[in-house]
Amino acid sequence: MISSLAAASHAEIVPPMEALWRVLSLQDYNTRVVVIGTTLLGLASGLAGVFLLLRKRSLLSDVVSHSALPGIGIAFIAMTMMGGGGKNTLGLLLGATATALLGIVAVGAIRRFTRLKDDAALAIVLGTFFSAGIALTGVAARMPGAGASGLESWIYGKTASMLFSDALLIGITGLLVTLGTVLLFKELALLCFDEDFAATQGWPVGLLDMLLMGATVAVTVIGLQAVGLILVVALLIIPPAAARLWTHRLRPLAAISAVIGGLACLVGSALSALMENLPAGAIIVLSAAALFCVSLVFGTEGGMLHRGLGAWTLRKRVGRQHLLRALAELAEQSGKDVASFSTIRHRRSWHTATVRGLLASAMKDGLVERVDARHWRLTESGVAEARRVVRNHRLWELFLITHADIAPSHVDRDADMIEHILDERMIAQLEGLMAGENRGHVPPSPHALRPAEGTA
Amino acid sequence: MWTTFDTAIVATGAIAAMSCALPGCFLLLRRSSMMGDAISHTVLPGIAAAYLLTGSRDSLPMFVGAIVVGVLTALLIQAVQRGGQVEEGAAMGVVFTSLFALGLVMIRRAADHVDLDPSCVLYGALELAPLDTVSVGGWDIPRAAISSGALLLINAVFIGIFYKELKLCAFDPGYARTQGIRVGALNLALMTLIAATTVAAFESVGSILVIAMLIVPAATAYLMTDRLPIMLVGSLVFGALSAALGHGMVVWMVDGLGLPDTSSAGMTGVAAGILFVAMALGSPKYGILMRAARSLQLALGIARDDVLAYLYRHGELDPLGTRPRPTASNLREAIRARVAVSAAIWQLRNRRLLAAEGGGIALTPAGRDTARGLVRSHRLWETYLVEKLGLRPDHVHSTAEVLEHITDRTMRESLSRETGDAPRDPHRSSIPPE
Repeated sequence: MISSLAAASHAEIVPPMEALWRVLSLQDYNTRVVVIGTTLLGLASGLAGVFLLLRKRSLLSDVVSHSALPGIGIAFIAMTMMGGGGKNTLGLLLGATATALLGIVAVGAIRRFTRLKDDAALAIVLGTFFSAGIALTGVAARMPGAGASGLESWIYGKTASMLFSDALLIGITGLLVTLGTVLLFKELALLCFDEDFAATQGWPVGLLDMLLMGATVAVTVIGLQAVGLILVVALLIIPPAAARLWTHRLRPLAAISAVIGGLACLVGSALSALMENLPAGAIIVLSAAALFCVSLVFGTEGGMLHRGLGAWTLRKRVGRQHLLRALAELAEQSGKDVASFSTIRHRRSWHTATVRGLLASAMKDGLVERVDARHWRLTESGVAEARRVVRNHRLWELFLITHADIAPSHVDRDADMIEHILDERMIAQLEGLMAGENRGHVPPSPHALRPAEGTA
Repeated sequence: MWTTFDTAIVATGAIAAMSCALPGCFLLLRRSSMMGDAISHTVLPGIAAAYLLTGSRDSLPMFVGAIVVGVLTALLIQAVQRGGQVEEGAAMGVVFTSLFALGLVMIRRAADHVDLDPSCVLYGALELAPLDTVSVGGWDIPRAAISSGALLLINAVFIGIFYKELKLCAFDPGYARTQGIRVGALNLALMTLIAATTVAAFESVGSILVIAMLIVPAATAYLMTDRLPIMLVGSLVFGALSAALGHGMVVWMVDGLGLPDTSSAGMTGVAAGILFVAMALGSPKYGILMRAARSLQLALGIARDDVLAYLYRHGELDPLGTRPRPTASNLREAIRARVAVSAAIWQLRNRRLLAAEGGGIALTPAGRDTARGLVRSHRLWETYLVEKLGLRPDHVHSTAEVLEHITDRTMRESLSRETGDAPRDPHRSSIPPE
């Protein structure tokens, strides 16, 4: 679908090199204004968004942006009625701020005074305020003497036609929000992590919360104009969510989130300057989404690749240790150090392919060797390693039997899981508890081992 | 002027609102109300993708495309939530804004070839619904009413069939799973229905306003009752009422106030909000006003008890009536709840428990009986707390002060028995007889 889309408009999408250079070097006055303005917006929203995310209130920004719309309608109607013409940006921004704040208050009131939960409060305020916004802007657009109101630019944004004054306003607001967040960093962090503790320490929790909401409203209302009502939400939510996948520490988190926000806006607005046919706000959000996807896959804390790698290594280690213990216990039972492939496989009801993989990888590491086509045995280093694994397993079994009072027939499963994560220190402690178990000695199994040829 | 045209608008709006309200109830109960918001935003890319793929403006491909993307949204949100361990709200925000942006880009590409206006998708044109009719058995029925009506029927049938499972999943998904109900599949079916309902409704209500119709009527009904069947019916009623009220307000604004015409869909959302606020205030069970009234009643009752007990103790200290009677202002100062005490004195006078006497206030015989019970409760509790629970005598007054208001005669009798019919309390005051 996307590829067919790209193919259809290939000719329009690829810009000439010259234009690319003009945009990237910010030679165009208009491009310069747009790119710098939106980048500042991205930085500020990335910063403010971090605290929203940590307070689990990301979707509040959605409510804020939707509930700004009735304010724009009211301000437009009021200004037209007073004969001033409805397009004064500052007036519209004031109206938007007023109803956005009212929306936050309404969410708080529903949570406080009814039995409805957070999500319902958000959805109710969002739906109702946005409906009111549609109705009011409908009135505004049809008012006599209003002219074409251009109110739609508030819903979809008008990045491309941003004026110097717009960029200046965005820049100043962004700077103020950034400055405020940096100055109050410690206090806001405390608010996010332990609100009750902050309150007992005498911090003005309510005021801090209000400041945070104020920053959110400021960024949202300013961003409305640039990227539009629905997409400004993305700037507050996506960068912190992406940054969260790279670090668990607050300061780097805030820095990364701000950088991702700024970068998304920079790339997005530059791209849309190159391809005039595309809505800039949407391109900015798609850039942010692309950065999020990259973080989701490659993030060093909770990225899928990172966690997948961790799970894979663990699975491999567990498999390896199970194989060694199976071989050692088979040797112990039969008295012969050679085991056939099928006995190994039946030992843990493994899949054939699993055993093949485990044996191949253990052979590569020199732990097992092949006697003939169907038979395997442990090498010298394999025996040593297997002794350690079996010993860990049995020590834990003995511990469960003697100290936790668990029946010998019930300890195998537990030990099976814990044997892989017993470290040196815990082994030393277990030895201390199990007097007489000195180093190197492998105790006999406290329960009957599984029959060697068993297929059960 | 109200015309048949207006009636048709209201009927179409009401059917669309009702079709949304039913699945909305379950969204609300599952605490994922914002899922409706997310899905209704992603209708846009679904429609755009269907258009770009098929190149036609037929409704069927768009309908299917929107449903597919709607379900995809639910799945993607789950994937981001689990894959990246992102908090649910943030995961929703990431997914629906990204998909919406994708939709805008696709629509802009498509707009070169065809008039596919995003604002039409977002707002819907309820006013124009009656113009696009289909003749059914001699009646001209708006197309939008038919599509939403079909979804209303499908939703009702789905809920009827899976009522027990949906109910269990909504209230206790963990338990539902242990009972062998496939929670994930049911959830996906619900999301599919919501996506379908959203698409069917966007023609008339507009996809963004669907979120208002999904949750607000359901929440209004939720504030009214604790029973699911009543909530479901209530949400239907409130949805239909919103549509009628909303369009009524538009007609009133145009005819009555001379304001310019505006979006009926928008006013329907506003009307739903008004109904919600009215229910939040006035619900007989959970309304703010009712709860305020109940706590006021309680405060008044306590003030009445305090006034009676104060006067009784005053009488004990001054059995011959030589000292001046306490006045209303004495009582207000002593009990420290000025307004409540004034109201309590007024009530007690009306009930003939108090009377004016000697420049002040005194208990009537009936008042003295009630007051004696209260003071008896207080002193019995103090005795009980000291004798039986081993509390220190100087620590029991405030506890007894609370308990005296909720102690009746039978309880006093047991207390008296428990404490061996002690004649005096730990502070050496005599415990009055019943």
